[in-house]
Amino acid sequence: MAFVLTALQTIGTTILDVLPVLAFLFAFQLLVIRRPLPDLRRVMIGAMCVIVGLALFLLGLEQALFPVGRLMAEQLTDPELVGKAVAADGTVLWQQFVWVYAFAFLIGFSTTIAEPSLLAVAIKANEVSGGSVHVWGLRVAVALGVAIGVALGCYRIVTGTPLHYYIMAGYVLVVVQTAFAPKLIVPLAYDSGGVTTSTVTVPLVTALGLGLAENIPGRSALLDGFGLVAFASLFPIMAVLAYGQLAALRERGSGSE
Amino acid sequence: MQEALKGLWGDLLGSLRDLAPIVLVIGVFQFFVLEEAPASLAGLLGGTALVVLGLTFFIYGLRLALFPVGESLAFSLARKGSVFWLILFAFVLGFGTTIAEPALIAVTDEAAEIAASAGVIAATDEARDWYALGLRLTVAISVGLAILIGVLRILTGWSLPLIIITGYLLVIAMTGMAPAEIIGIAYDSGGVTTSTVTVPLVAALGVGLAASVSERNPMVDGFGLIALASLTPIIFVLGYGMVVQWLLS
Repeated sequence: MAFVLTALQTIGTTILDVLPVLAFLFAFQLLVIRRPLPDLRRVMIGAMCVIVGLALFLLGLEQALFPVGRLMAEQLTDPELVGKAVAADGTVLWQQFVWVYAFAFLIGFSTTIAEPSLLAVAIKANEVSGGSVHVWGLRVAVALGVAIGVALGCYRIVTGTPLHYYIMAGYVLVVVQTAFAPKLIVPLAYDSGGVTTSTVTVPLVTALGLGLAENIPGRSALLDGFGLVAFASLFPIMAVLAYGQLAALRERGSGSE
Repeated sequence: MQEALKGLWGDLLGSLRDLAPIVLVIGVFQFFVLEEAPASLAGLLGGTALVVLGLTFFIYGLRLALFPVGESLAFSLARKGSVFWLILFAFVLGFGTTIAEPALIAVTDEAAEIAASAGVIAATDEARDWYALGLRLTVAISVGLAILIGVLRILTGWSLPLIIITGYLLVIAMTGMAPAEIIGIAYDSGGVTTSTVTVPLVAALGVGLAASVSERNPMVDGFGLIALASLTPIIFVLGYGMVVQWLLS
């Protein structure tokens, strides 16, 4: 009974979320373009699917993705697995949390390699560069970027160092790389940062970070728990810029021979 | 009917593919590292099934209705050449696609939960809902502005790296002034905004626009909208944190 109530409530709020978007689209179509919708029935069915789908997704999120992220964080920081995690003077021994970093690395790598929008970006990059950027090379580069990013983000949560130091250092690196990277790859690189973090990955990674911050002694969820998604969207930019630079260097090398 | 089922089936496979790496990695860890099955396994599996089903219907509906309408609107408006309508449409597109973004709904709810338990806001349902909604509106407005700036950039040919670097500098300056508890959420919101709904529509707008404005290379000028949409939420959420702190003090 409680589940049915939550389900109905979720559908209600979802309708309120989606309606304004639909209203605006219709208004533009009718008032600015001044043409009726090509296939009204189709659009209506589609809108219904969007609402039902969003509601189901949000329900599942509460039941699966959030709890799983928390659960993994809890189990991976369990004293039985980690051993002695806090030194005599109260500092957290970050070396003990190897499994956390390994899990973060694998989640980052596997979800990015399977991300369809990354494949689309990689194919476009291949076209823009005239073939010097390889589709698979770029995908692996970005996936490694995300993996290292999420793992480093977990290290940051474990040690409790301020997030903005890492992000600012990253920004500086991106700015320097932008100056040297081939001009055509720059917009693609910047876009790839936003593209790699999918709807399924974001809630899971967020829950993982919050769970870690809650379970590691001396960390606060509010101050230390967020930031993993930021790492996951910064590192691909560096990876794509670096890959574009390498590809350009290789081309120049083979051209001068 | 048969075609519709085929489309749904394809989207179901897509959702399963999205989830497969996560299930695989978690499964491997549960079996080989932790060596114990989680107690709430049935609930987790049921929830995962809901996520897969929900994602399937969501994407299917988007492709059936919203993407074709949005894309044809973007192309028609780009060709029509009225700057006012184009800019208004750009803002509405950014705002509308972000407010309905599932990942954003999830993260703002979580942020409100954490803020309430840490005592930043009152621990009532009402306070939490307001905080989450405020965060979502802030992010949606910032993405609307990002797409608007991006469209202006395509029309005028402003340099993308210059805009981005200016934005970064603003982020760095604001980080020093914003309350510590908003910084993580702000940085995260940049990556959260641009997934399922926003990317295809915005990419269609950018490429269509750059193709219809002469002297613009669709490859260089068409992209970059997503990059702006990941930058402005950071600035605006930092601002939101500063405003909330100022209101509560």
